Amino acid sequence: MARSKELVHGVGRLSRSQVFARRALYKGQKKGETPKAAEPAPTKEVTVGGEKNGGKRLVPTSKASRFYPAEDVPQPKKSRKTANPTKLRSSITPGTVLILLAGRFRGKRVVFVKQLESGLLLVTGPFKVNGVPLRRVNQAYVIATSTKVDLGDYKVDEKFTDAYFAKGAKKAARSAEEEFFSEGKPKEKEAFPESKSADQKEIDKAILASIKKTEHLAKYLKASWGLSKGEYPHQLSF
Amino acid sequence: MGSTRLYSKGRVLGHKRGKRNTRPNTSLLQIEGVSSKQDADFYLGKRVAYVYRAKREIQGSKVRVIWGRVTRPHGNNGVVKSKFRSNLPPHAFGASVRIMLYPSNI
Repeated sequence: MARSKELVHGVGRLSRSQVFARRALYKGQKKGETPKAAEPAPTKEVTVGGEKNGGKRLVPTSKASRFYPAEDVPQPKKSRKTANPTKLRSSITPGTVLILLAGRFRGKRVVFVKQLESGLLLVTGPFKVNGVPLRRVNQAYVIATSTKVDLGDYKVDEKFTDAYFAKGAKKAARSAEEEFFSEGKPKEKEAFPESKSADQKEIDKAILASIKKTEHLAKYLKASWGLSKGEYPHQLSF
Repeated sequence: MGSTRLYSKGRVLGHKRGKRNTRPNTSLLQIEGVSSKQDADFYLGKRVAYVYRAKREIQGSKVRVIWGRVTRPHGNNGVVKSKFRSNLPPHAFGASVRIMLYPSNI
C-alpha cells in the first residue's frame, strides 16, 4: 500500500479499488481454475496411552484456535453493480443499411443482421456485393441510413455469438524470423477456414435474395460513402 | 469514384482565452458549414484529429496525430470548444483539423 498514505490510523488516502488499480493487482487476478491440492482429512486417529482412555481417539488434524478473534477481520466489499445491456439505437433494426465510419472497411455500406450479447452489431456486406465479411462493429462507429433490406422473418443462426468471432489463443512466435519464414522460405498463408466461408455464404444467401428484389440496391451497397465539398453531415439526412 | 472523406473539416482558431490570459487546455474550433449553436450541437462529443507532419519518423511515419473531442459550443456562432489529449501547440493555430463522424448517434 505504498501509495495509499494513511490519513488517520486505519484509513488510507485511497479507496480499496484505487489501491487495487494502482498496485496493478488485476495483473495477478486468477484466470483459470488451478487444480486444488487434496484437502487433508479433518481428523486422524491417534493412539492414546493410559488404561482408561480407550486406546484410540479421533483428533482434528488442525487444532481450533483457543481464542475468539478479538479484532474484526475486514471483509472485502461485495460489488452489487452489474453492467446494463447495451441499448440498440432506435434507428438500427435488422436489415438496416449502415455506413461504417472507422476501421478497415470505413466508408462501406453494410447490412445489419443482429445485435450480439456484448452489444456489438453483427453486420455483413454481403461479402459478394462489396467484400465486407461477416463482422462485428460498435454502433458508435456506424451511421444508420433510412434504407432497409427486407429480411422478412429470417432467423439468424444461434451460433453467431461473440465467441464465434474470438480468436484462438496462439503461441507467439519467438522471433519475427520464425513468424514469417520456415526453412528459408516465406511461410504460406493459412487458408481461410472453410466453415467460416460456408457460414458467410449461408447468411448472405437470404440477404442477397431480398436485395435482388429491389432495383439498384446491390449497386447502392457496393458504392462507398464519403463527404464531398459543400456537404455537411449536420445538414444531411441519412 | 466518389469522395471517401469521412470527416468534416475544421479550423483551429486558438486557445480559449480572456482578454489577456490564454487557457491552452481548451481549443476553439470552427467547423465548416456550421454557423449556429444549433448546428454545432450535432458535433458535440465527436472525435477530432489534428494531423500534422514532423521531421523525425516515429514508427516509420512522419505523420502524427493529436486526438481530442468536441466538448461544447462556444457562443452562438457555431464555434466549438474542444479538448485534446495534449494541448494543441500554438503552431497549430489556423491549421485544419478533422472532425470525425464518430461516436455517431444517427
